[in-house]
Amino acid sequence: MTYDKKDFISTQDLTREQIDYILNQAMSFREINQREVKKVPTLKGRTIVNLFFEASTRTRTSFEIAGKRLGADVINISSSTSSTQKGETLMDTVKNIEAMASDIVVIRHSYSGSVKFVADNVDAHIVNAGDGLNEHPTQCMLDLLTIKLQKGRLEGLNVTIIGDIAHSRVARSDIWAMKTYGMNVTLFAPPTMLPVGVEAFGVNIAKNMEEAVKDADVIIMLRIQRERMAKLLIPSEREYSKLFGLTPAVMQKAKSDVMVMHPGPINRGVELSSVVADSSNSAILDQVENGVAVRMAVLSFLAMSK
Amino acid sequence: MKTLLKNCKIVNHDKIIEGNILINDNIIEDITNEDIQADNVYDCSGKYVLPGLIDMHSHMREPGFEYKEDITSAGQAAVAGGITTACCMANTKPVIDNAPVAAFIINKSKKDGFFDALPYGAVTKGLKGEELTEMGDLIENGVCGFSDDGYTIMNAEVMRRALEYVRYFDSFISVHAIDTNLQGNGYMNEGRISAINGLNGIPSESESVIIARDIMLARLTKSRVHISHVSSKEAVDIIRWGKNEGINVTAEATPHHFTLTDENCLTYDTNYKMSPPLREEEDIEAILQGFKDGTIDCISTDHAPHQDDEKFVEFGLAPVGIIGYQTAVPLTIKRIDEGRLSWTDFARLMSYNPSKILKKENLGVIAKGKQADIVVIDADVEYTYTREINKSKSYNTPFLNKQLKGRALYTFKNGKLVYQA
Repeated sequence: MTYDKKDFISTQDLTREQIDYILNQAMSFREINQREVKKVPTLKGRTIVNLFFEASTRTRTSFEIAGKRLGADVINISSSTSSTQKGETLMDTVKNIEAMASDIVVIRHSYSGSVKFVADNVDAHIVNAGDGLNEHPTQCMLDLLTIKLQKGRLEGLNVTIIGDIAHSRVARSDIWAMKTYGMNVTLFAPPTMLPVGVEAFGVNIAKNMEEAVKDADVIIMLRIQRERMAKLLIPSEREYSKLFGLTPAVMQKAKSDVMVMHPGPINRGVELSSVVADSSNSAILDQVENGVAVRMAVLSFLAMSK
Repeated sequence: MKTLLKNCKIVNHDKIIEGNILINDNIIEDITNEDIQADNVYDCSGKYVLPGLIDMHSHMREPGFEYKEDITSAGQAAVAGGITTACCMANTKPVIDNAPVAAFIINKSKKDGFFDALPYGAVTKGLKGEELTEMGDLIENGVCGFSDDGYTIMNAEVMRRALEYVRYFDSFISVHAIDTNLQGNGYMNEGRISAINGLNGIPSESESVIIARDIMLARLTKSRVHISHVSSKEAVDIIRWGKNEGINVTAEATPHHFTLTDENCLTYDTNYKMSPPLREEEDIEAILQGFKDGTIDCISTDHAPHQDDEKFVEFGLAPVGIIGYQTAVPLTIKRIDEGRLSWTDFARLMSYNPSKILKKENLGVIAKGKQADIVVIDADVEYTYTREINKSKSYNTPFLNKQLKGRALYTFKNGKLVYQA
């Protein structure tokens, strides 16, 4: 079984076999990352462009390191979000990059569906590094890898995602793949942060924090973005942290070996207390480590697929 | 000059009869079973012959956006769709908030002779929702009604005064009902599909709260309000309530809102981006029911031309709307074939009722003495809706290159053949 699509856009249509393939590939790249010389010539002579229309440190750096460890030439472009403000359309920008014989373009963009739109209209391999509220598929793969490495399996595990589900591309990508993999997903959030139509996800919705955490094998906390308060989703960080934050007191109600994860960057003291973030339950830095391996896997199999 | 349409199934809002239609210059001289001598004779055997269709809602883009459409291309597309009279919205550049712009549009369409373009005057200057336009002056120069289409008048006091003032002219205001605060930065219907695809949602309540408000204001002012492009079930329910209360409210719905659902947005194809957005199956059901029970008075197209490159962008950045003049007939016939609408419903919804709302006494029926605006429809022809068949300057429709059934075969405007398939 291999991955046979041109692009890596979404977890929604991934099969369990494809997820296994990606995780297995990533597992072998993980070993390379633990060597003293962390470089292989797999993608020597290939060009990868990271085209980021939204600010990003972690994801962009992770893709850059992944590309460089595979021996590819990696170019980073940061651009303003709105192509109309810039006077050039998104498609024209990407076509220009493609014309310079780029093999893979990694795109982050603030509009949902925009990365698929690009992928459908160019020949280059496109990797989705986050499109609006829609998907962030490599984040999902690194979440799964981190869970699998620690728990030894995925199927049948209880995963709870807490936070701004409505505006989270991480939540969407995780939900699709976790359901495909037979994991039990529970969501918990203030109603302002659950999307209308949430039943379409086909997952559990917890009524309170205790219900959310008590059976969880994994808790994924989502970042609360400050601009959400301006949109009236929550009254204050203080109240959010009190009602929806993961604190040592809440952890008392969870399983002792529960994994705590977070896509970063963390708002310490808001969605996640420092004590929990730095505790032995926290797998947050493992996620970051695994992110490089997952992205090496995705970049290498896309480049090799043609 | 005399023209005879032979062996017609003549469809009016109340009945279908078999017969011949004799046209003398621009007037229907007689409906007869006799074979009268005429200069031109058209055999309409097996065809449905309806009064010229009247579209109460469209965008012709002239003046200001002639690269998308102009009065002439709009006229050619309209008559190819069987539409002989079309109202156009005021969001041109300059805005139709003054008499000369209104007069320009009317005169240009008259000169072309394809159809009558009837402009709406803007309710407020520059469509800004603040100061009233010179409505009397606009009426004198031929506007068919008033609308700030696309820009809801969010200040209820402004809407109240506009409705009061328009009553003096016995005119009406057509409302594009969207609460802009509730709409936020939404692009599609809020629900199951927007949860899945991560596009920002627009709750259907953003439409219905404004419809409820404006029906209340019509009651307060004893004025007349027309609800544009109804898209949701609860909007239909509220309008039905308003009519039962005796409030002077009429309404329209578009073919795309009774044909397509928000499921199409899963593709992120910008030709499914509309305002109001495509909703769900139960909303389509409610609209069809609304047509049947008289809650919704008209089928209007909301023909909204945009160039390909304007639509070839991120879903969130694309302009809203699709072209619709040439797809109204086949999409309505689809519902007729399914038994959801009848041919007399079609004549009622797209000719008779609009003629009443617009107070065009000489239009809306095929009868002796009426203006000879007539469309002969071939309900059976199947074809691909290609770029060649499309007469608009723009091609923004999800039906492009799709199989359609039924179209206008002949369109007569003022007794003159202006389109032949």
